Amino acid sequence: MRAVVAPLALGALVLVVWQEAVDRFDVKPYVLPAPRAIATALGDHVDAVWSGALTTAQNAAVGLLIGVVLALVCAGVAAAVSSVAGAAAPLVAAVSVMPVPALAPVLYTMFGTGAQTARVVVAALAAFVPVYVNALRGLRTVAPVHRDLMRAFSASRWQATRTVTLPGALPLVFAGLTIASSLSVISALVAEYFGGPVDGLGKAITSAVSSSQYALAWAYVVGAVVIGLVFFGAAAGLERLVARRSASSP
Amino acid sequence: MSPDTASAPTPAPAVRVSSVRREFRSRTGQVVALDDVSLTVAAGEFVSLIGPSGCGKSTLLRLVADLDRPTSGTVEVFDRPAHVAREAHEYGIAFQQAGLLPWRTVLANVELPLELHGTPRAARRQRARELVDLIGLTPFAGHYPHQLSGGMQQRVAIARALAEQPSLLLMDEPFGALDEMTRERMQTELLRVRSETGAAVVFVTHSIPEAVYLSDRVVVMSARPGRVRTIVPVSRPAVPDGVDAREDAAFFADVARVREALHGPDDDDPGTDDLAGAAAPARVPATRGMDLR
Amino acid sequence: MSGERTSTEGLRLPRPSRTQVKAVLLGAAGVVGLGVVWEGYKALAPETGVSIGSTLVLPRTSDLAMPHLWEMWSRALEPVTGAPDAPPLWQAVLGACGFTLRTAATGWVVGVVVGLLLGMLMQGLRTARDAVLPWVVLSQTVPLIALAPLVRRWGSQLHVGTLAWPDWWSVAVIASYLAFFPVSVGALRGFASPDAVHVELMRAYGAGWWQTFRRLRLPASVPYLLPALRLAAASAVVGTVVGEVSIGLRGGVGRMIVEFGATGSSDPAKQWSPIAGAVLVGLVAAAAVALLAVPLSRYRSSEVQS
Repeated sequence: MRAVVAPLALGALVLVVWQEAVDRFDVKPYVLPAPRAIATALGDHVDAVWSGALTTAQNAAVGLLIGVVLALVCAGVAAAVSSVAGAAAPLVAAVSVMPVPALAPVLYTMFGTGAQTARVVVAALAAFVPVYVNALRGLRTVAPVHRDLMRAFSASRWQATRTVTLPGALPLVFAGLTIASSLSVISALVAEYFGGPVDGLGKAITSAVSSSQYALAWAYVVGAVVIGLVFFGAAAGLERLVARRSASSP
Repeated sequence: MSPDTASAPTPAPAVRVSSVRREFRSRTGQVVALDDVSLTVAAGEFVSLIGPSGCGKSTLLRLVADLDRPTSGTVEVFDRPAHVAREAHEYGIAFQQAGLLPWRTVLANVELPLELHGTPRAARRQRARELVDLIGLTPFAGHYPHQLSGGMQQRVAIARALAEQPSLLLMDEPFGALDEMTRERMQTELLRVRSETGAAVVFVTHSIPEAVYLSDRVVVMSARPGRVRTIVPVSRPAVPDGVDAREDAAFFADVARVREALHGPDDDDPGTDDLAGAAAPARVPATRGMDLR
Repeated sequence: MSGERTSTEGLRLPRPSRTQVKAVLLGAAGVVGLGVVWEGYKALAPETGVSIGSTLVLPRTSDLAMPHLWEMWSRALEPVTGAPDAPPLWQAVLGACGFTLRTAATGWVVGVVVGLLLGMLMQGLRTARDAVLPWVVLSQTVPLIALAPLVRRWGSQLHVGTLAWPDWWSVAVIASYLAFFPVSVGALRGFASPDAVHVELMRAYGAGWWQTFRRLRLPASVPYLLPALRLAAASAVVGTVVGEVSIGLRGGVGRMIVEFGATGSSDPAKQWSPIAGAVLVGLVAAAAVALLAVPLSRYRSSEVQS
């Protein structure tokens, strides 16, 4: 009970205090617009927010799909051939620490500034890393007792992979997917700050800010938050489904 | 029956270990896990391996299962090299951890070896149902391992080991993680299952009463290096129905003999030992640690 | 058992083992391989790239889109601009990296301190945890970085007392904002991680909240905090680079990438230097956190994957 009420109460409290503070201290909208103003802006421009959200969500979804498929294929190869994993290690490490959206400008030149492709590539690259890393770890860790069992059954390498390794790796793969789902949205959105076509939420936020429509900019941010939650919710739901099937147990 | 001197054209022994040595290389140098170990287990015989931690009893079992190879010496299972026997699915195996696949139901776990070895679906389902019935888990056939207690999981693991009707069962402390009451029930059940299948059993344990209760012979090992100290034959008198063999005087006598053999000639303080303990009193904490793992 | 013989103790550098040498060689092969793929694709694929329908799925290979690797390299050695006193490009990029790192580090420190304090608060007060934690977890999953352009005007309009608000503070705020979430979650998980038996032991000793925290919860949280600090460092770098771009702050690599990208048509190799710089910033940040972890090694018996 408390677990549900407490966060809701806090959320409501924050909104009220926020609104009050803006009214009472006459906070300028460029610092922080009032929640009511944001809600009004959202109501007035719901179509624009929706179409921007659709563009960004589509880029993120396509990128996520490409990134995940590539990551799974690469992790499979790397798990089977250890020298491939070794060769890929520094590249994966570099991508995992670098700000991936920074690649957007060169990708716009490579794929065209008028197309969404560069944004999709950025989202795919950002999604690739957590899925690859988790899948590879999952494919490499087999419980010793299961390894012994497979040997005692004189199972072939493929049989052992199919019956023990792959199902054992699934929970980690889906944990990686959950991280990737958030990253793909963030990256697709941020890539818009670096240039490219004028549609999408990120572009909408920057243009609203530069025309001093702060409440509207915040309304677009609300749209971005909703996309993020939808992606995360879908991935986390999948993860939970898989985790329930393979509850951690000897 | 005197399997150690088997020479007549009787059925091939289930296990023949000849002058086996196994060394491990570790950071601190070489460790001799087994040194000059020879042992024969007759077909249908129940043999327990007992000894303090580090005496190599599990290593010996792993050599028989061909999960590990000896540094020197030979291991034969039904007159064939261990690896040939493994590839021919000659034995069933159970470990201290049940090692069930968490994403498979009880039934599917029991089916696993049959599935890997190409038994048709209907036949293996049928066989798995029989086995689940044998271990008394039919109401749980569709459950996943995490829904079962430790004892139930271990029963499933034993059913899995029996799936291919092996004439040799290898068991590495299968009841080590269970509480005493469950453990005794499992022992009784194992004896029943084994009398129905007639399989030879090699059973690693560090519980003296368990070894005595289950076995035809108890192989007592010593540590550093792992060697066979002595082999104690168990008398197994016929007990009337309704009487637990564990309460028989002959049982206590055998327990005392195994304990004396474990403690060696220069250590005689049998009165203070813990029945479940395996080795000299000083080693009891370590052994208990193993129990909890 | 696995034949691995690396010594992890002490400051003496152990002689590189064969597995380490192999790892370095393989890694080098991977980097070279990427270069070969780049040049190979450039040589073989059509100038206009590969399209499916009207969508370009593989990039254009013109010198404009994909300069030769050696051109990127030689461009890095040439001066930034045509001006007579212009420093070499690589030097300018390194300077920008330093600027970005400073901003990111400031944001990281602020984010870590706030995150730790929030973690302690949530550990101490159950109601606080119940109320705050769902929001913290939720906010990790949403693109809060979208807020970056919204702090743009702070620099020109805000004052802290008599001090004008420097622009780079706005960027650091964004960086700290992104850094603080993983730290607070990691801290809370870590502070809650000691076994009941240890907590009861402390209670039996009559230790108070602070002593329990200092002697038990804080050391026990190390395996949870280290991955969180790493994640926070990566987030701070991303936040800084993106913040620079969306606020238009000059001096860092983020802004440099966009600036050089705009002149890409006349000088295509130039924009690759700041990209390499961005990777460098990320690596330095990760390495700094890894160094921080060295003296803590005895606490990190089993690091938890976040």
